[in-house]
Formats: sequence, structure tokens, C-alpha cells
Amino acid sequence: MNAIDVTERPGFLAYALAIENEAVERYTTFAEQMDVTNNREAAELFREMARLETLHAKEIEARIGGQTLPEGASCEYAWPDGESPEAPDFSDTHYLMTPYQALTLVLEAEQRAVEFFETIERAGTDEAVRKMAAEFAKEEREHVRRVRQWRERYPPPERDWDDDPDPPNQAE
Amino acid sequence: MNDPAISIALVGSGGSGVMTAGSLLLEAAGRAGLYGMMSRSSGPQIRGGEAAALLRISTRPVFCLGNRFDFLVAIDWANAERFAAEIPLDTESTIVGDDDIPDEFSASGATFKEVSFKRLAAQSAGLRPNMIALGLIGSAIGLPPGELEAVAKKLLDHKGKATVEASVSALSIGAATLDGLKTIDIKTESVAELWNISGNEAAGLGAVRGGVRFVAAYPITPATEMLEWLAPALEKIGGTLVQAEDELASVNQLIGASFGGTPSLTATSGPGLALMTESIGLAVASETPVVVVNVMRGGPSTGIPTKSEQSDLNIALYGLHGDAPHLVVAPLSVSDCLFSAQWAVHLAETLQTAAIVLSDQSLAQTRAVIPRPVDVFFGARRAVQTEAWEDYERYATVPGGVSPMALPGLTGCQYTADGLEHNTQGTPSSRVEDHARQLDKRRDKLALHDYGDHWAHIDGNGPMAIITWGSSLAPVEEAVETLAPEGIALRVIAPRLLMPVQPERMAAALEGVETALVVEQSHGGQFFHYIRAFYAPECELHSMARPGPLPIRPADVTHAIREQWRGS
Amino acid sequence: MERVVTSGAATEVTLKPKDYKSDIKPVWCPGCGDFSVLAAITRALAALKVAPENVAVISGIGCSSRIPAYLDTYGFHGAHGRALPLATGLKISRPDLCVLVAGGDGDGFSIGGNHFLQVCRRNVDITYIVMDNQVYGMTKGQASPTTEPDWDRSKLTPHGTRINAFYPLVVALASGANFIARASSSDPNGAAKVIGEAIGHPGFSFVQVLSPCVTFRPEQRDWKKIVRPAPIEATTDPAAAARRLMTDDNFYLGVLYKGNRAPFEPDSAGQPSTEQELEEEFKV
Repeated sequence: MNAIDVTERPGFLAYALAIENEAVERYTTFAEQMDVTNNREAAELFREMARLETLHAKEIEARIGGQTLPEGASCEYAWPDGESPEAPDFSDTHYLMTPYQALTLVLEAEQRAVEFFETIERAGTDEAVRKMAAEFAKEEREHVRRVRQWRERYPPPERDWDDDPDPPNQAE
Repeated sequence: MNDPAISIALVGSGGSGVMTAGSLLLEAAGRAGLYGMMSRSSGPQIRGGEAAALLRISTRPVFCLGNRFDFLVAIDWANAERFAAEIPLDTESTIVGDDDIPDEFSASGATFKEVSFKRLAAQSAGLRPNMIALGLIGSAIGLPPGELEAVAKKLLDHKGKATVEASVSALSIGAATLDGLKTIDIKTESVAELWNISGNEAAGLGAVRGGVRFVAAYPITPATEMLEWLAPALEKIGGTLVQAEDELASVNQLIGASFGGTPSLTATSGPGLALMTESIGLAVASETPVVVVNVMRGGPSTGIPTKSEQSDLNIALYGLHGDAPHLVVAPLSVSDCLFSAQWAVHLAETLQTAAIVLSDQSLAQTRAVIPRPVDVFFGARRAVQTEAWEDYERYATVPGGVSPMALPGLTGCQYTADGLEHNTQGTPSSRVEDHARQLDKRRDKLALHDYGDHWAHIDGNGPMAIITWGSSLAPVEEAVETLAPEGIALRVIAPRLLMPVQPERMAAALEGVETALVVEQSHGGQFFHYIRAFYAPECELHSMARPGPLPIRPADVTHAIREQWRGS
Repeated sequence: MERVVTSGAATEVTLKPKDYKSDIKPVWCPGCGDFSVLAAITRALAALKVAPENVAVISGIGCSSRIPAYLDTYGFHGAHGRALPLATGLKISRPDLCVLVAGGDGDGFSIGGNHFLQVCRRNVDITYIVMDNQVYGMTKGQASPTTEPDWDRSKLTPHGTRINAFYPLVVALASGANFIARASSSDPNGAAKVIGEAIGHPGFSFVQVLSPCVTFRPEQRDWKKIVRPAPIEATTDPAAAARRLMTDDNFYLGVLYKGNRAPFEPDSAGQPSTEQELEEEFKV
């Protein structure tokens, strides 16, 4: 199966939509992780992120309209480092993470999204695609700004933020 | 009592072929319309060891060895003394063989007829001592020579004409050596269809009739022949047998195959059952039907692999960790191995649980000529979810406790079977109410089932009873028959279903019993303690518990009964 | 990616990866590599277009063995170390199904070690995914077969195990596995591709996925910086694969070996007979 061509309009839109969908899924997983480990604040925050990314996905879907996009399994996208830029790494959560740390993950993800679109804007060959990429990059920059503001509401983590007086549980 | 049966022991060593001679004698007797059985005893050598074929032939069906032997025929005497305890002789017995008889046998006072089978065989090329012995003993008990020739021809046909002719010649040399000594009364009228079958084969056939189409196998004495019979049999009817790497694998292969919807079974013996117990618990917890046929042998540990003992009762009943209700079914005879295996498959499938079938070496490796077992048919099968259902719950608590099982492939009913305690959907849960609900479910589905009259063999009445099980039933029944003319009436109760227990039925069976003797082949009285624990009979209760390797003989039981009820 | 599924795909379906997930939330620690492996499996199944009801995921005991319940496929969470024989029985009796086995290094290589050898030999068409974190997590961090001999952070082995680590790829190759690969949870898409290829390959496929334990082996968070693609392409030559393993440092990713052995098939008779015919041999 051929990789989806991000430099043409349908491929570009497929990538843009995949970015949002993967982010929704990732934040939903993170929210569930925090539910299970009883970290309510972080759970709410990730759920809010999943909600926002769902809205972004809907916006892109609206823009796509009835257009047919190239089909591809999620693992067939050629992401810059293997994973969709706006989905934070699975390994970056912690059960005691503070809202500040959670929003730092989000911030980094949004920054990667900015870079992704800026790269296409710079390197693209199709003028319409470059224009869209510039627009999306601008939007992501706006997200970065808002997340940064949002994070300012919370203090950075204390030195012993991951201290847990109890030992791990044994389940089986 | 007029005992119509004749007991014959054939001994020999170093490839003398006594087992072949014994098998042919049994087959020929069957062809002549007689009943019979043959068990075997041998040294530990893989080849060349001393061996004994122990036969009992009668005009009536026989299910256990007798109290004594009429004939001891020795092709040679090498190490034969090690069988002395297994071959009781008396002054009425006849010993045939070379004159260097071990003291253990000559001390019996039996009549001795000197015959050197090896010397007779040396007369001419191709003559085999075992075939001469076969001709001799066949003639001595009055078997038609034609039947012996027919079975020998059937066996040796593939070896060519010369071999067959030499065998026929050997048979007639043997027949001419000794005249009729104790002849059996052969009825000429046609009898019912006879089968020549071992308990292991009967259990295999029962499994197939029960619907088993997947068998995982790991060889172990004395269960291997059941698996060896099943391998080609399953292949013929579209089933599969897989040789697993160990018993841990075989029982888990069963669980996997059964999870996929295929009725599954394995056969093993004590050490193998011990390895399987963890995963039998998994079958119970996950409600996946599996059947494990455990052919008991002397234990503990490696014990006495080639000899029978009823000493795996405790592990079969109590060996699973946690509260793990399961089925334990014990066949009562060679013939009943077929019924019990078939019934166990039926019960495991319909109740979605694990069944252990407790056979033993003496049932499994005894070859018997018996009337063709009656066909039975169980209509009910495993309850399977047949259509997609949004709210499907694999472990739903339903009336009767048996919840339909969805098989992989069915859309919309995906679930994960689990050995962890779970809720009705199968999701792991350690909540009080989920544990209670599932424990009740697994207990109730077994407890509420109607096992009908199959639960036990019950015979006779009166205030004196013998409670026994498995292969011990045959000597008990013979003892009861022996004592009847003396005016001793005995009730016999032999449960086939050992778990779940049937207190109401047992109470009814014991109605009016004042004294009962519990007969079993174990050292610790496992069955006695089981009866006391679960049935708490109000009558006086005595124990007759004998370990292997010697079989319980009818005379042992009559002796115990006389001791017990002397004067009563 | 190869779209031909040999392992049970009667009907093709078009679903999203998340459609293969159940609504049960994993008990794993946030940050655990197993979340990524779960995502990788769902992505592989979606790419293969196999219907969830035709998939069975079998596991034993351990953190990673909890995975079947998190998938909307059929599943069996069985006994510790016994997932492989359970899956063997299922696949042999139901060749129409796509059977996956998933679990950890302790479950697969210690208590279930013999089954691992035998299942490689038998070559039944199943795919085995081992989430290797070199530790027993469910029981609070004891050394596993793949733990370094000098790892001394467990109370059970305060001076390290001082026994050689088990090398799953070496053992798999020596025992006859038909497909051998390593992936990393730090690259779920890469893992998804390898898992998809493993499922599509006939016979027994083994995929070791490096999947950090953030609770008992927090230093494994650094694995994502160490892992890299193997410098050599997958081979069909066991000797070439063996040579590559001699310079393997446990962090090379990708498919190592793709064999051509035909998958195990049970014997079947040419002419089927009836149960009645089986009785013939007993008649006197």
C-alpha cells in the first residue's frame, strides 16, 4: 500500500484529520488512566483536551465536506517520528502528575503540530496545500498560546511531586 | 457354590509370548460363546522381562479375578516367584511346566504335570513354545480346537503360510500333550453379541460417543492405551488428537479447544492429574467444559505405575484450590468405562464444568469378553448462544445456573473468559457480591441437575450393606453371591457419581441399613472417610481398605463380612 | 502492509482501531508501555480488516496478560504460563479464527518456558506478542528471566539473580519459530506494522515488544532513546538470522526472520467413518 501523499490536498486533509483523531483517542486514554489511578484533576484536564480535539476534528471534517480522502490504516501514515505529532507519548504520563505537568505534555504536543504544519508550509509544492498548512499552523500556534495561558493557572510541580508513602499494590 | 469359571495363569520370560497366548485364549473363548477377562502382570523390563497373563473364563460374565487359580502354565520359571502372591494356588490346582518349580508355587500342594514347552518346540523349525502352551491349555479346558486355530490364523496371517502352519502344528502338539483336566461347559446355543474390549478402549469409545472431537495427550501408564486408541479413531471421524509437551499443556489445550466449542478430553494417571489440577480449576472458574479421565495406579509419587489402586479419590475430590465444584464420575466395570466416559462428557458439556473420570489400572488394562454394552443416548448438549445480543453476559446468573456460552465467531457476543473472579460479564472483580454470585452459580448448576438413576448401582436389600466404588464392586458382588446361599443377604451400594454428592439419594439407598461395610482399594480409607463426611450414615460403619498392588478378591470380601457380622 | 490474513478472516470489515477496544479501562500504571501495545494491536487488526468476533486473544497471568479484556474480541485470561497451549488447542480445533497470544516475559519464558519451546517447534498458525519489561510487575517487581543478572533492586534477589538472562529471539530461532521480530512500545505504529505482518505470516509468529515498566524499572523510560532499526533486512535464512543475533544488543527493532515452514495441520483421514464403524474391532 502506498503512503498517503501529504503534499496533495486530499492527502493533506487526511493527515490533518488523523492528527486530531489520534489526539482525541490519546487524551481519552490518558483521562481513563487518570480515572483508574484516581487523579481527578488530570483526568478532567485530559477529558477537556479530548473534547477540544473532537471539535477540531469536526472543523476539519466540515472543511472536507463530501470529498473522498485516501484511505489508510492509522499505522500507514508517515509521521515525522513515527507517531502523530499531536498525540503525546504513551510513556509520558504518571499517576501522580500535576495539572501543570499534564498541560506541559499538551503544550509540547501542540508545538509539534505547529512544526508539522510549518514544515509542509515551507516544503510543499501545491500552493493551495501550502496555504492550508499555513492556516493550520497559525491555528496551532493559537492553541499553544492558549495552553500556555491555561498552564499559568497552575503552580509547577513540587520537588517531591511523585512521592508516594505506600508501596505498590500486588494485584495477582 | 458351583463356580463355573476357570482361572488360568500363563507365565514366561525373555520374549516367551505369554501375553499373546493369553490374548488368543481369551479371544478363542469368546468365539466359543464364553465370557472371560485377562489382566496382566510383568517385571519392570521394557523387553525380555518376566510376565504373567492372568485369565478367568466362564459361562457367565466375569469382572474380577477369582480367589484362586486352576492352572499355572509356565513356559519357563525365570523370576516367576515374584508373581506368587498374585497367583494363589491350592491342592485343587494344576501346575504345568519344567520341573524346577519355585518353592513359592510347589508349596501350594498343587498337582504337577511336567511339560517342557521349549523342548517340545525344539522338535521342529517354526514351533513356538507359547503356541504349544496355548494348544495345551485350550485342550485342557475343552475349547474347540477350531477356535484356537482361527484366532491364531487371524493373528499370524500376515507372516505367511509357513508361520501359520507351524502355529497350527504347535497347537495340536500342545493339545496332544495333556488330556482334558477341568473342562468348561460350553453352551452351543447362540449367545448375545460379544465384545473383546479393555477398559481403556471402552472409555475411549464412550468419549467419542459422548461427542469428544479433540483430545490432547501426554503418555502415562496405565492411561496411554486409551489415548492410543483415540488417535486413529478420532482421525477417522473427523476429530483431532494432539500429543502435548506435558500435562500442563494437554489440559490447557482442552480448555482452548472447548472454548472454541469442541468437546474435549484427555486421559492421564495420578502424577499427571496432579499437574493438571491448577488448570482444571481454571475450567471450573471459566465454566469451560473439559473431561479428564484419570486411570488410577499405585501412589503416591511415581508409586506403582503398573498396578491398580483406588487412591486418587482424594485428589479428584479435593485437589482443586478454592471452592471449585466439579464432577467426579467412577466407572464400575470394564463395560461401564464406556457408559461412564460418555456420561461424564455429557455432564461436563451440559453443566459447563470439569469432569474427572476415575478409572483404574485394573479396569483400564483388563481385556474382557463381555456382552455388547447397551447403547445410551443423551439428548442434551452444551447451551450455546446462537444470536447476537447487545446485553450478552457470559456469566449471567440464570435459573439452573447454566448460562449460554458464546463461541468465537458469533458477532456481538465477544467476551473474555476468565480464571479471575468476575462479574456476570466476565470482567475481573473482587467484589463481595460478585464472588458470592459466581460461587453460588457454579455450585448450584451442579447441585440442581437431576442425575437420575445413573448416580449409583444399587442392589439387594436388608439391614446389612456394602458401600463400594469402581473396580471394587466386582469382587464385592461375587462375595455377595457367595454368601447368599448361606442366608447372608447384603445390600450393595456403589456410587458412580462421586461429586456432586447426592445425600437424599444415598439416604434412600441406606434406608433400613443397620450396619455397613465400606470396601475400597486404598491404604488410608479415602472412600470410607468420604462416605462418613458427606453422607454421615446413621448406621454402624466399618472399613475394609486394602492398598494395591494385589487386587481385592471376592474371598477377601467374604472374609471381612464374616468377621464383621460374625454371629449377627 | 500485506493484507492477506491466513489466520481466520472469513469476512473483511472496515473498522477503526478504537472499535477493537472494549470499554474496560486498563489497570496498568499510567506511562506503562502496554498501553502502546494495546494501541498497536488494535491498529494491526484494523489494518488487517479482520472482524473482532473472529479474533481470540489468549493470555496467562501478569500485567500485560490483562490485555484480552481490553479488546472487543473474544478472549481467554487463563492460568499463569499456560496461554500458549490454550491457544494451540483453540487454533487446532478452530482454524477459522485469528488467534493471538499476549503476555509478559515471566509468564512466557519462566513458568511457561517449556511451552514456548514446544510451540515454536509445533508451528501452529498463531501469533505470540510478549510485552517484555524484564520484571514481574503484578507481584511487585521481582527479577524475570530477561532481567540482567546484576539487577539488585528486588527484595527477593538483593544481590541480583546472578543467572544469565534469557534471550527470547535466540531461543525462538533455535526452536523453530516461523516468524521472529522485535518491536518497541515507544513506536506503536512500528509495533502495529510488525504485529500485522506477524499475524499475516503463516505458522507460529513471535514478536517481542520492549514495553517499559515505569513503576519497577523507571530507568526503562530511556529505552526509547536506545532502540533503533536493525541494520539488516529480514531474512528467510536461519543461519543469517543467527549471525545477526550474535551482534544483537536487545535494542535492534524489526523483523529478524521469516521462515517458510508449513504450519501445523492435524492429521485427517481420507475416508471418514462413523462412530458405529469404530465398534467393529471389538466384535468377537
